[in-house]
Amino acid sequence: MPGKLKAKIVAGRHLPVMDRASDLTDAFVEVKFGNTTFKTDVFPKSLNPQWNSEWFKFEVDDEDLQDEPLQITVLDHDTYSANDAIGKVYIDIDPLLSCEAATVISGWLPIYDTIHGIRGEINVLVKVDLFNDLNRFRQSSCGVKFFCTTSIPRCYRVALVHGFVEELVVNEDPEYQWIDRIRTPRASNEARQRLISLMSGELQRKIGLKVLEMGGNAVVGYLQCFDLEGESGLVVRAIGTACTLDKLSPGTAPNTTTHTNTHTLPNTAPTSNACNSPSKDSKEPVFSEDPPHSLSGPPTPLRTLPSSSPPPFSPSKPCSRQSSSSDTDLSLTPRIGKTSPASSPSPPLSEFPIFTLTCFPPGFLVHVGGVVSTRSVKLLDRIHNPDEPETRDAWWEEIRQEIKSHAKALGCHAVVGYSESTSICEEVCILSASGTAAMLNPRFMREGCLDTGGSDHRFEDASPPSCGFVHIPYDEFNMPFPAQLTYCYHCRRQKVPDVLFTTIDLPAEAEVTGKGCLIQARLCRTKKKAQGEVNATSISNLLPFMEYELHTQLMNKLKLRSMNALFGLRIQISVGENMLLGLASATGVYLSALPAPGGIQIAGKTPSDLSYDQHISTMQKRIDDTIAKNKELYNIHPPECIEEVVGSPIPDRQRSSRLFRSTSESSDELSELDLSHGKKDAFVLEIDDTDAVEDIQSLLTDAPIPAGFYSCNTEVMPGIHNWTSGLQMFTSVRVYRLSNANLTNQGLNKIFTDLCENLLKSLYFKLRSMIPCCLCHLNFTVAVPEEELIQVRGHTYLSTPLLSFGIFRWVEGFVCFPGSGENEEQLQFSMEMCGESTISNNQPTAKPSVSSSERCSPLPEGRSRSLRSTRSLPCGAPVTVVKMTPLSFLPGTRIVKYLGIINMFFIRETTSLREMNRKCLHFSEGGVSGFLHSFIAEVFAMVRAHVAALGGNALVSYSMKECVFMENPNKNQAQCLINVSGDAVIFIRESDQEAIPPLLTSRQTSSTGADGTT
Amino acid sequence: MQIRYAVFTPILCRTQRFNCAINNTRLQMLFTQTVPGAIYLLATVSPRYITLVKAYKMSMELDVFVGNTTIMDMEVYQLWLDGLTVSDAVKVRMDEGALLECEANPEVLTSDTMDQFRTFQMCERLLHSPTKLGSQLLYQIPAQNQIILIERYYEFDSVFAREVLGKKLSKGTKKDLDDTSCKTGITLKSCRRQFDNFKRVFKVVEELKGPLVENIQRHFLLSDTLARDYAAIVFFANSRFETGKRKLQYLSFQDFAFCAGQLISYWTIGAMDSMMEDMDVDLEKEFLNELKDLKVLVNDKDMMDQHKILVCAALRGKIKVYKLMEVNFKNLSRALINLASKLTHTKDVRDLFIDLVEKFIEPCRYDRWTVAEITLFLTHYTNAAHCLGTFRHQMIWDRYMGVIKSSQCSPLLHLSLIKVNYLSPSPSISSVSPPVNILNELNTFLICKL
Repeated sequence: MPGKLKAKIVAGRHLPVMDRASDLTDAFVEVKFGNTTFKTDVFPKSLNPQWNSEWFKFEVDDEDLQDEPLQITVLDHDTYSANDAIGKVYIDIDPLLSCEAATVISGWLPIYDTIHGIRGEINVLVKVDLFNDLNRFRQSSCGVKFFCTTSIPRCYRVALVHGFVEELVVNEDPEYQWIDRIRTPRASNEARQRLISLMSGELQRKIGLKVLEMGGNAVVGYLQCFDLEGESGLVVRAIGTACTLDKLSPGTAPNTTTHTNTHTLPNTAPTSNACNSPSKDSKEPVFSEDPPHSLSGPPTPLRTLPSSSPPPFSPSKPCSRQSSSSDTDLSLTPRIGKTSPASSPSPPLSEFPIFTLTCFPPGFLVHVGGVVSTRSVKLLDRIHNPDEPETRDAWWEEIRQEIKSHAKALGCHAVVGYSESTSICEEVCILSASGTAAMLNPRFMREGCLDTGGSDHRFEDASPPSCGFVHIPYDEFNMPFPAQLTYCYHCRRQKVPDVLFTTIDLPAEAEVTGKGCLIQARLCRTKKKAQGEVNATSISNLLPFMEYELHTQLMNKLKLRSMNALFGLRIQISVGENMLLGLASATGVYLSALPAPGGIQIAGKTPSDLSYDQHISTMQKRIDDTIAKNKELYNIHPPECIEEVVGSPIPDRQRSSRLFRSTSESSDELSELDLSHGKKDAFVLEIDDTDAVEDIQSLLTDAPIPAGFYSCNTEVMPGIHNWTSGLQMFTSVRVYRLSNANLTNQGLNKIFTDLCENLLKSLYFKLRSMIPCCLCHLNFTVAVPEEELIQVRGHTYLSTPLLSFGIFRWVEGFVCFPGSGENEEQLQFSMEMCGESTISNNQPTAKPSVSSSERCSPLPEGRSRSLRSTRSLPCGAPVTVVKMTPLSFLPGTRIVKYLGIINMFFIRETTSLREMNRKCLHFSEGGVSGFLHSFIAEVFAMVRAHVAALGGNALVSYSMKECVFMENPNKNQAQCLINVSGDAVIFIRESDQEAIPPLLTSRQTSSTGADGTT
Repeated sequence: MQIRYAVFTPILCRTQRFNCAINNTRLQMLFTQTVPGAIYLLATVSPRYITLVKAYKMSMELDVFVGNTTIMDMEVYQLWLDGLTVSDAVKVRMDEGALLECEANPEVLTSDTMDQFRTFQMCERLLHSPTKLGSQLLYQIPAQNQIILIERYYEFDSVFAREVLGKKLSKGTKKDLDDTSCKTGITLKSCRRQFDNFKRVFKVVEELKGPLVENIQRHFLLSDTLARDYAAIVFFANSRFETGKRKLQYLSFQDFAFCAGQLISYWTIGAMDSMMEDMDVDLEKEFLNELKDLKVLVNDKDMMDQHKILVCAALRGKIKVYKLMEVNFKNLSRALINLASKLTHTKDVRDLFIDLVEKFIEPCRYDRWTVAEITLFLTHYTNAAHCLGTFRHQMIWDRYMGVIKSSQCSPLLHLSLIKVNYLSPSPSISSVSPPVNILNELNTFLICKL
C-alpha cells in the first residue's frame, strides 16, 4: 500500500452545449483510477462550471501507479436518459513518482473525445504521496527517470552507463476483438487508448525494474514504439540505455554553458586523465556539447574529488533476460572472426554493448567503423499468450545479435546510435535495426579507471581528439569491405577511410569544412502481389538490392556535393502490397580529416557513334559544373594538400571515384583497374540503360535549396553555430493517391522523388518569412498505408518536418506524406556572440521578405500599442507558451529541470467525412485534410497543456512516432492514430539566468518567447 | 540525357511542352493536365529511338501542415477575408509575384494557400468570440498576431457598411446581400462575414449597460477606432434611421458614423447621467418629449423677434448672405424647432436625417450659403437663445443644438466638427479631436461637395 494519489477537480470552461433546449450543460466529473471511481456534484446549467471538489484520494500500490493512468471523465447529467459523456482526460502520473521531476500536476487540460475532438477544458490538481518501498522483490520501479533525449540530459552528469535495456509487451488489439462488432466506435477507441496507455505504463515499469537490477537510476534515449499488427495483436516495445545520472547542483550548472572543459578534456590524454580523475569530478560538464568556437577560457576543473570517485562508465552488463550471453555471440560471429582481435583494443569487454545514444561526451568515441543494419522479414501470426511474448522477443533478439556480429566484423565492440523499427503490411512484417559500429574508450567501459592498460596507449597517442573518431577501427590488411585508406588529413598518423557513414550526430569535436546539408536517397520498387510465405520471400529477395541502390544513391549524391561523411543516417524501408519504398536521409558534411572526394566520371560502354560521346561529355560537364557549384554553395574549400598514398591497393586520389552502378557489378569492386579511359567497362553508362539514366537524373534533378535555408536531419547544423532561440516546430502530412495499372520501377521512382522534392519545396515556401533559417532534424517517414498506397512520413528536428508519402496503385490508390518539422531561426543580429560570418552574408537576401510581411500588418505601431493596453482578457492569465522541439535542447536557452516523459497516444475518428466535405466545398480536397489538420492541432494542444500542467515551458526531444491514417469514404469514415513523445522541461534564457528563481524566469521567458517565434 | 524544362507557367495551362535532347535527337514531351492533379506524361520520339509513353495519374489526397506556433501569412489572410476562393487567391498571389520566392511552383503555392485557408477557417469559430482566442489551447498564436487576426476579421468595407446602415440586421436583410454584393463589388462571402460581424456585435452589446464603445472593446477586443465605427453601426441598426433615400446618398459611412457619435454623446441617457447606469443604445425618451418645450421659440412671437435681433446683430457684416438670412430667419428657425418637437414619434426619429436635409440644408443651399456661413449662423443662433431672458429650457436646447450644430450631417459635417472643438469643448467630444491629416482631407472633401 505504498502510495496515495490525490486528485481535485477545480473547474471547467468552454464546455460544449449538451442541452439544446437551454443551450447549457449540467456537467459533472468522474475520476477513476484502477477500479475506484469518485464523482463530483453536478454543476447545473453552465458552460463554465466551478466544481471545486474535495480531494479524491486513491490508496494504491505503486505498481498500479506506474501502470495506470488517472482517468477523468466529464459527463452531462441527464435526469431521464443515460448521462452523455462530454470527453475524457488521461493523466499519466509517472512524472510525479520521481522526486526530481514534477511535484504536482495542475492546470487546464483539454477534454478530449475521440469523435468530437477537444471539447472544452478542465482544471485539475493531482498529487502523489509515495511511501518508500525497499522490498527487494517489488514489482514497481518508481523513481527511475526516463528521457527520450538521445544524449545525456543537460542538467545531469553521467556516473555510470550500464548498457542496453529493452522490453516488449503484447496484447490483443481491442479493435479486432469480437466485442468491437457490437460496441460504438467511441467505446472501441477509448478501449484502445486506455489499453495502450496501460501497456506503455507497464512497459516503463518493467524497464525500470531492469534498470534498478543493473544498479542504474535512469533510462536515456528511451524509444517506445507500437506495432499495430492488426489481427495478430498489438505490440508495444521499447529500448533505451540504462545509466546512473547525478544531478548537477544548480549553483554550478551555469558553468556547463560557459566553460568548455569539454573541448580540452580530450587534449589531456585519456591515459593521464584516467589516473587523474579530478577531470571527471561531478562538476565537470562531461556531456555538454558546445560548439568549439564558444571556447572562452582555459579548462577550469572546479573542484577536485577524491580519485576514488566512481568511473564514468561501468562495463555494460547483461541487461535483459533475453540478452545474449557471450557464448552465443561467439557462435554467431565465427565467419568474421578473422578480423584481428589483436588490433582492436576491446579485450575487457566480453560482449557487445548497444547504446541508443547519438551524442557522446568527447573522448567517449574512439573510432567509428560505419553503419551496421539488419533487416528481417517475418510472417505475423496471432499472439496466443500475451503473457509470454517469446516469438517477438526472439525476433528482436536475433536482430540484435546480427547487429552485434556486424559490428564485430568492422572490428568494433559497440553499437551506438542504435534504433529499431518495423513496417507491417497485412501479415508481413519487416523488422529493421540500425546503428553505428564504434570503438568506445575502454576507460569509459571499465569498472576501475586506474588500470588503463597498455593497450590503450596505442590510440591515445595516435588519436588527436578532433580526428580520432574517424580513424579506422579495423585492420587495414584485412578490411571487411573494399575501401581506400589514406593517412588522416589531420594528424597524418592514422589511416582513415575515404567516406564515413554513421547514424550518430556529428561529434562536437569533429572538424568540419564548410557547411552540411540534407541528403536523401529515394527508391521505389514494385513487387508482385502475393500471400504468406511467397510474399515474404519475394520481399526478402528485394531488400538487399534496395539497400544497395539506396547506398549507391547516397554515395553519388554525397560526391556531387563534394562531401565525405554522412551523419544521422536513417534508412526506412516500408512495405506495401505492390511495392517497397526506401527512403534514406542523412546529413552530409565535409570532414577535414578525411580525404577530399573525387569527382564523378561517366563513360559509355559502346564507344561507337559520335553523338554518343558528345552526349556523354555534355553530361560529364553538367556533373562537373554541379560539383563546382555545390562547393561554392556549401562553402567547401578544403586546403589543397598533397596526399601520401598508403596501403590501399588503389593509390590514386586523382582518379575520380566511379559512379556506382547497380547493373555493373564489376564497377563497385575496387579492382586493380586503372581508370584511364581506355577500359570502358569500368564505367558503364548506356543510354538505353534506363537505370543509368535514372541514376543521373536523380543526381541532377535534386533542386537546390533556396538561398537563406539550410537543412539537415541531425540535431545541430554542421558548420553553423550561432542559433537564436526563435523556433518553430511543424508537422506536415501528405497523402497522394496514384492510379495506374502498370507502373515501372522507374516511373514510380520519379513520382516518389518528385513528391519528396515537392514536399521540401513546400516547406521552404511556407517558412520563407523566417529566413535565414535552418530546418533541423528533418525527419521523413514513408508508408504505404493501404493496399495500393505508399505512405511517407517525416519529421524535422531543430526544424522538425514529418513527412509521409503514399502511393495507391490501382484506380483508387494514393500516396501519402506526413511531415513534421521545426524550424530554427538563426541569430540575425547578434554577431557579437561569435563570428560566423557566413550567416550574415545571407542576410541581405533574407531581409526584404521579412520586412514585407511586417509591413502588411494593418496596424500602425502606435495603434496596436494602445490596443494592447486597453485589452484585458476576461479569462484570467494568458495561456503559457509551450515550445516544442525535436532537439534535445533549445538553442540560446538552458534547461534547468526535467519534469518527466510525455508519451501520449490518441485516436480520432469521424463518421461525418462527407459533412466535413460539404462544409468546405471550396477546398478541392474536402474534409480529409481538415480532419487531420484539426487532429494534429489538437494533439499539439494536448501535449502543450500537459507540459504546462507539469509546470514546464517546453517539450524537447519531441517525436511523432506513429501517425496512421485510415479512410473509408464509402462508410463516410476516417480514423487516425497518433503517438507522440518527448521530455517536458523548464528552460530559461541564457541571457537572464542570473539569480532569478527558475520558475519565475521561465514564465517570463515563455511569454517573450512568443514574440520571438513569429 | 538532357532535359530542358519549359517554364511551368500558369497553373491553368493545360498542356505543357518541354523538349529534351537525347543524343541530339529532339524529343518532345507533352505534359497534359486534363484533370487537375492528374498528369499524363506522353513522349513521342523520332523513329530511331524507343518511344517512351507513360501515363500516370496522381492526386493529392491529403496535404496538411501544422506548426506548434500557428503560422499565418497575413497577406493570404486578407485574401481569405476578401472571400476569394483558393484558385482565385492563388491567381492573385501569382500576379503579386509569389512564385519568385523560394523557387515556388504553382503546386506549392496552391498547397500553401489551401493550407492557410483551412487554418483560417478553423480559427474562424474562435474569432466569433475574440475573448476566447486568448484563453483557448488549440492554437498557439503569439499575442500580437491574435490582435491582428481579430482586428482584420472585424474590419469592414465602409461601402458595404453604408449600404446596411440603418437596416434591421435580420435574416431578410441577409438574404438581400447578393444584391449588395453586386452593387458594391464585394464578394458575397465577404459581405456575409461583415454582416454577421455586425449582427454578432449588435446581439452582444444590445442589452449591456455602460458606454457602448467600451462594451464593444471589452467583448471584441477591437481597436478604439474600429469600436467607434461598430458603435455607430449598432446605434443606427437599433434606431433604424433612414439612410437609404436618394437625397442622403451623398453621405458616406464616415459622415453617419460621426453623427452617430454626436447623437450618442448628446441625446442618449448616457450622455447626461453618470457613467454607472447608462444605456447608450437608445435615445432618451424623456429628452425627446421635452424637446416639445422648445416650440416656445417659434410660438412666442416676442421671443422669436428678440432671437432674430440677437442673431442678426452678431452676424451683420460677417456673412455675405446676410440679407437672405434676415428674410429667412423665421423659416429656418421654424424648421429646426419643428424638427425637434416632432421627435416624439418613432417614425420622425427615423426620418431625422432626411428631414434635416430637406427642411434646413436644402433651403440654405438654395440660397447659396457657404459652409462657414451656416456654421457661424448656427453658432450664434444657439448662443443667442441663451441671452433670451424668458427662455428657460437652456439644457434641452444645448443638447439639441449640440447635435444639430455639430452633426449638421451633410457637407457641414467636418467643418462643424472643428468648430465644436474650438468653441465648446465638451468633454465627451474633445477626445475625438481629429488629427491634422483629417483636416486636410476634409478641405478637399468640402471643395468637392460644394
